[in-house]
Amino acid sequence: MLGRTLREVSAALKQGQITPTELCQKCLSLIKKTKFLNAYITVSEEVALKQAEESEKRYKKGHSLGDLDGIPIAVKDNFSTSGIETTCASNMLKGYVPPYNATVVQKLLDQGAVLMGKTNLDEFAMGALGSDTGGSTRNPAAHCGVVGFKPSYGLVSRHGLIPLVNSMDVPGILTRCVDDAAIVLGMLAGHDPKDSTTVQDPVKPFTLPSLTDVSKLCIGIPKEYLTPELSSEVQSLWSKAANLFESEGAKVIEVSLPHTSYSIVCYHVLCTSEVASNMARFDGLEYGHRCDIDVSTEAMYAATRREGFNDVVRGRILSGNFFLLKENYENYFIKAQKVRRLIANDFVNVFNSGVDVLLTPTTLREAVPYQEFIKEDNRTRSAQDDIFTQAVNMAGLPAVSVPVALSNQGLPVGLQFIGRAFHDQQLLTVAKWFEKQVQFPVTQLQELMDDCSSVFEIEKLASVSLKQ
Amino acid sequence: MAAPMLRGCCLARRGALACIDGGSRHGRGAAIGCRSSGKRGRSSVAQQPLITAQKSGKGEHAWAAVVGLEIHAQISSNSKLFSGSQVQFAAPPNSLVSFFDASLPGTLPVLNRRCVEAAVMTGLALKCHINKKSLFDRKHYFYADLPAGYQITQQRLPIAVNGSLEYSVCVGKKRSQVITRTARIKQIQLEQDSGKSLHDELRSQTLIDLNRAGVGLLEVVLEPDMSCGEEAATAVRELQLILQALGTSQANMAEGQLRVDANISVHHPGEPLGVRTEVKNLNSARFLARAIDSEIERQINELENGREILNETRSFDCKLGCTIPMRDKEGKQDYRFMPEPNLPPLLLYDTASLPPGADPQQVINIDRIREQLPELPSETREQLVQQYGMLPEHSFTILNEVGLLEFFQNVIKETRAEPKKVTSWILNNFLGFLKQQNLAVNESPVTPSALAELLNLLDRKAISSSAAKQVFEELWRSKGKTPSQIVSEKQLELMQDGEALNQVCLAVMEEHPQVVLAMKRGNPRAINKLIGLVRKATLSRADPTVIKEILEKKLSS
Repeated sequence: MLGRTLREVSAALKQGQITPTELCQKCLSLIKKTKFLNAYITVSEEVALKQAEESEKRYKKGHSLGDLDGIPIAVKDNFSTSGIETTCASNMLKGYVPPYNATVVQKLLDQGAVLMGKTNLDEFAMGALGSDTGGSTRNPAAHCGVVGFKPSYGLVSRHGLIPLVNSMDVPGILTRCVDDAAIVLGMLAGHDPKDSTTVQDPVKPFTLPSLTDVSKLCIGIPKEYLTPELSSEVQSLWSKAANLFESEGAKVIEVSLPHTSYSIVCYHVLCTSEVASNMARFDGLEYGHRCDIDVSTEAMYAATRREGFNDVVRGRILSGNFFLLKENYENYFIKAQKVRRLIANDFVNVFNSGVDVLLTPTTLREAVPYQEFIKEDNRTRSAQDDIFTQAVNMAGLPAVSVPVALSNQGLPVGLQFIGRAFHDQQLLTVAKWFEKQVQFPVTQLQELMDDCSSVFEIEKLASVSLKQ
Repeated sequence: MAAPMLRGCCLARRGALACIDGGSRHGRGAAIGCRSSGKRGRSSVAQQPLITAQKSGKGEHAWAAVVGLEIHAQISSNSKLFSGSQVQFAAPPNSLVSFFDASLPGTLPVLNRRCVEAAVMTGLALKCHINKKSLFDRKHYFYADLPAGYQITQQRLPIAVNGSLEYSVCVGKKRSQVITRTARIKQIQLEQDSGKSLHDELRSQTLIDLNRAGVGLLEVVLEPDMSCGEEAATAVRELQLILQALGTSQANMAEGQLRVDANISVHHPGEPLGVRTEVKNLNSARFLARAIDSEIERQINELENGREILNETRSFDCKLGCTIPMRDKEGKQDYRFMPEPNLPPLLLYDTASLPPGADPQQVINIDRIREQLPELPSETREQLVQQYGMLPEHSFTILNEVGLLEFFQNVIKETRAEPKKVTSWILNNFLGFLKQQNLAVNESPVTPSALAELLNLLDRKAISSSAAKQVFEELWRSKGKTPSQIVSEKQLELMQDGEALNQVCLAVMEEHPQVVLAMKRGNPRAINKLIGLVRKATLSRADPTVIKEILEKKLSS
């Protein structure tokens, strides 16, 4: 049951094949079994069981709230959840219990979804799951063999999402299939009076059409995305995908996004500047961590922030403040903003030339083992991780990673589709067609775990990483 | 018209009409007079002395002071600039704080329409160009009463620019010449107010009250077009009156709704401007002019003694009567300005550019706001001069005193007395009493109706003007009594019976033959003595002019 899509589970609930409580308990037991993965920071077991119970009552009375009623969901720990600790995996916010729900959380709960808990992330989501600033929904999706969808900027409310980079952050949707992503988007999208950057136009829930004919489609393949670091395996899957479209009658053309190579540096300047600004509020006064030093307010600030933030966050705050200094502002921040405009224009030009959707890799390669992963410093790592994804955030476009195949190692590989701004539905329609063609095998976590002989080794590693 | 200027009423300091005399009013240090720079080429300029240090030769080392102002006015609105919290003065600490005001992570700013309209209206009243597109920026600094670590303001592209503020000073020996001056307005920007830090020195604690955090402010930046404390204070007073007339700010300095920072420098005319200092937190109307003048004086003394002026921030110590450097541990601040990413550009429209079918709740039409502009203080004063023949300087006094204009208008409505008479009574007697007892107009025990009734009695000669003054004093003491009641209780009505008065006059003449003799010999003052005696005999109930007529008639017959 846990391996099925949202629609399938929803149908099972409606037909009474399983009750929301049973489903919730299955999830909770899987969460317990996989605890060594540190996937969750907080498991909200009691709340979840209570919500499941209420959902069950609704089903019994025949008053289900819709497709999401009784469906277990997890929310990344940078979305504010009323009464449930929200930490951003930072010491700074340890023990912080928000008094309000993020708009997207509230919308899911209003639909009857059952909140299992808050998932883990890099401190302040500087590289992890469920929100997407530079690729943090699409990259993990690609590595885990699920669909990771980043909606257009302004389509989904950021209210309650603890910001990393306000101008690029978007709540991301991780699901088993493209249709499910569309269902969730339908629930979440739309103007939020609490977020002035959401678009005013009303958005209605929608169902994706099933494409049968792709002959009118034009798929763009950006040549700049063929980088030397791209693994041959991913490159070959990318070519195969392009060929698939072509063989089914779509027009597939090579296109150019000439400013791509400047993107990651530009992203770095803008990202750190906004981070420096956003982190200014964590001073230990109103909420979150506060040190014991009380010699002076300034000393309290310094010690609180030193204790509360890890090296990566501190490093970004320092660089961001450097870029924003009066003497550097023109040379760094303004320049980066101009480059951002050029990057956004690259996409506009390509789409104006008749391209409907761009097809690119999501990541350079499949997931690397932990030992390999920790060899690189955070900056290099995020530069590599986000290489194909962050330009989309700077341009505010919708993009989705769809699992395409397992690598020789048996690990999932995803490909990315990028659409025009606010053409999320068109993008997902193409992604759905592609998903149907490739028939990616559903990841069976249970089987993987049973097969996994090195669980204990992993457990060891996990505890090492915690102590850092 | 008889009413003299109200010299005792601290008019110059607090009024929008400054009275500037030529000499040193300060009695110490450098003599500071206004309007030292001749570049604006007004005729009055020649009458004003340049600022001269006393020890130097006359006119040789003339100094000119240059003063610019940054004025923060709290917007009068129900809720804060970016959150739904209420705005209220003197509420219990931290009782008006939303999640956004406390900077809870994940909260976002939502712009308050009322604050934008207030900014546009103020911009229009101050003849500004209204920017149809303006932007918000973050200004960063760490301070305990700034929860987010930054203030949202409009640094790059403010909502209004290039306006002007006209204010008037009166000059000349009798201070009867009213001259209009203009201070250019560089810009008006919308920004957030900070919270308040309360320092508990005893327990070395700082307590934070966030009630004020996030309240909308209009920052009005005045170009350095002023040259002394009184000009600055007068300009601020005029701005205060304009804001109050518009209703965009209550602009009450005592409640912190209007706060002033001044940029001050001195130089020799014709030479480049000197290094400037910033005097912060001039939050009292009383000390504004004094603080600026004392800083000008200090700078001149420093330079005269061969020292340098540091570009620094200072504050005014009202006990010492001078400015002192402000403790600034962090040294030079770099505010690391950055665009506010959570707020799209603020777009305004006029009737021509209004998008068809736009939701009126979502757009702001500048032309519509222009139509709603109320009468401005300058227009009100012009109206007073035109309609009631008031002297211009009196129109300033009427407007400067809070509530006095309304009081005046209410008296005028209910009395048949001449407007000039009303003006005279209000400016001399009424305002004099208020000042004497340190009361505001709305605290006066004398109501407009009572004063109107009193003036009616006077107008129809039911009482003498001296009796009227007596009634007025009585009104002040015994609240609730009408003038007529007082007149009848004290028997102050004029004797209307001519024969009776005739008899009294005859009796007085008989009792004082020497005075009558002196009169007949041509002593002109003797008749006054007789008039006085008759009045005394009638308990001041007779009209002196009538008495005089009767006496003269009897003596000549």
